[in-house]
Amino acid sequence: MTEQPSTVSQGSSLWKDARSRMAKNKFAMGGLWVIVAMFSLCFICAWFCTDPNQVNLTNKFAPSSIEHWFGTDALGRDLFARILYGGQVSILVGLIATSVSVAIGIVYGAISGFAGGRTDAIMMRIVDTLLAIPFLVLVIVLQATLSDWSGDATRWIVENFNWDKEFTGRLTNVVPLFFALGLLGWLTLSRIVRAQVMSIKEREFVEAAVALGYSKGRILFRHIIPNILGPTVVYSTLTVPGFIMYEAILSFLGLGVESPNSSWGVLIKEGANFLETEVQLLLLPGLFFSLTLFSLNFLGDGLRDALDVKAAKD
Amino acid sequence: MPRFLIERLLQGVLVLFALYTITFFLSKAMPGEPFTSEKNISAETKANIRKLYGLDKPIWEQYLAYPKNIITKGSFGISTSKGRPVIDIITQSFPNSLILGLCALGFAIGIGVPIGILSAVRKNSWIDWACMTVAMVGICIPSFTIGPLLQIYVAAHIPGLKVAGWGNLEDILLPSITLGLVSAAYLARLTRGGILEILSQDFVRTARAKGVSPIQVILRHTLRGGLLPAIAYLGPAFAALISGSFIVETIFQVPGMGQHFVNAATTRDEFLLLGLSLFFGFLIVVMNLLADLLTGLLDPRVRHTEGID
Repeated sequence: MTEQPSTVSQGSSLWKDARSRMAKNKFAMGGLWVIVAMFSLCFICAWFCTDPNQVNLTNKFAPSSIEHWFGTDALGRDLFARILYGGQVSILVGLIATSVSVAIGIVYGAISGFAGGRTDAIMMRIVDTLLAIPFLVLVIVLQATLSDWSGDATRWIVENFNWDKEFTGRLTNVVPLFFALGLLGWLTLSRIVRAQVMSIKEREFVEAAVALGYSKGRILFRHIIPNILGPTVVYSTLTVPGFIMYEAILSFLGLGVESPNSSWGVLIKEGANFLETEVQLLLLPGLFFSLTLFSLNFLGDGLRDALDVKAAKD
Repeated sequence: MPRFLIERLLQGVLVLFALYTITFFLSKAMPGEPFTSEKNISAETKANIRKLYGLDKPIWEQYLAYPKNIITKGSFGISTSKGRPVIDIITQSFPNSLILGLCALGFAIGIGVPIGILSAVRKNSWIDWACMTVAMVGICIPSFTIGPLLQIYVAAHIPGLKVAGWGNLEDILLPSITLGLVSAAYLARLTRGGILEILSQDFVRTARAKGVSPIQVILRHTLRGGLLPAIAYLGPAFAALISGSFIVETIFQVPGMGQHFVNAATTRDEFLLLGLSLFFGFLIVVMNLLADLLTGLLDPRVRHTEGID
């Protein structure tokens, strides 16, 4: 990994190059626009929707109408609103879990790459070991543990701070998922960071910092990490769809987000129950879900190609 | 080669031990009781039950006792929720999961690799474009959407196929397609990438210059190297199939290991959880090792480099 010459030192031209390469990639740009549209739908338009948890038993399985664009579900709740609110949860899971794993991955990978030698070897062996452990198995166990703790946390918050019980309950149902995924998802990322740190620490400005007598911590956090941040964050966009998928898998198994909270996984699970008669309850959330994943993958691929981020070992 | 093998075996043992340690302490950290279904029993009876399962001992003794029992007695403990030995549950449900997994893997290889080769050979044509779009769609549509759709639009209309169930030969078809689809899509992408890389190398140009037919170039010169990324993925693919099987087993009501795993996590059945995690981990370690060995067999360059990087 000693090649990749002088891309980072010419800061502005790197990003300019990347932008023009990105603009030429039609798939990636298409993905970007779909993501932008999906974000605005889920986070802005959702405010103007009807309450996604408003039960109306006299209006079950209503067909689509002006009032309910996608019709209603088994409890008479508006499906469009539920999809948008569910999208908030699913997207947030992807983003927060990614942030948590980026934070851990950068610090871990940077220390490992910067220290080198035996420390590096041991730290990377730990990553290898953890990578070999089945991810879903650990997530399920960790999520079960965390959600029991967060149940206690709910009670404590409601008793001591008088927060709304329903709101707190819903919040604490989702939070363990963010962390269970994030706490376990940083492994591949740390390898990528390490490879980049190793190529950057040979550069003149690091040498200069060493010559100036700066401490190791300062060199690492002030000089090296800022230089690898861009490519790392770009690479991490590729992990967002993975996290969203894991959220859906866990929710589908009944171990993640729970009703009346909605997320795309929950909606697909609920929809699968009424498959014979009301196939749109499965199809529409599935469509939103797949479209988002599809676009995120194209966007991530395009960004990676545009910036030419190389992984040490995929 | 033997040194590499021994190193990898040792690493495998280490992986399993790490997995055990993490699962053990996480399952201890889960608050709640494993015996909640028997709520009306006296404290004394409860203490007796705990003693029976060895749950009264200090935590470090429990931590050491479990691996010791596996090695000396071959016992994975007794499921606290089912009251049966964990090993019985595994031997009963594992064959179903294995058959499903292998069929899915076969489907994934049979579909994914040819599509990848076709895409690579016809690079940048509409065939390539169509195949890769389909592959991306395959990655992005979750099995829990595909599965129910197959049930309603395929199983319900073709006589002889059941919507769900397990036991007859034809019952394997839809679950393994559902399960194998994502891996097929990944394999197609990896095969395409691997073959394209080899096709751009000098020896392929030489072969072409010598007048070797295009088909022979692919079969004799490109496949061996070009399939390496796909083969390296087989280990992780197996892991993906196993985790994916949690879902597919639920949808198609296959009596496999996935359902037990989910139940163990929700009923706080720690022995079942430990036994199943270790068993899954063991399978994945073995599959990764096999994939590595196969890579070494096909690519002499890998054979002599030791460890990572």
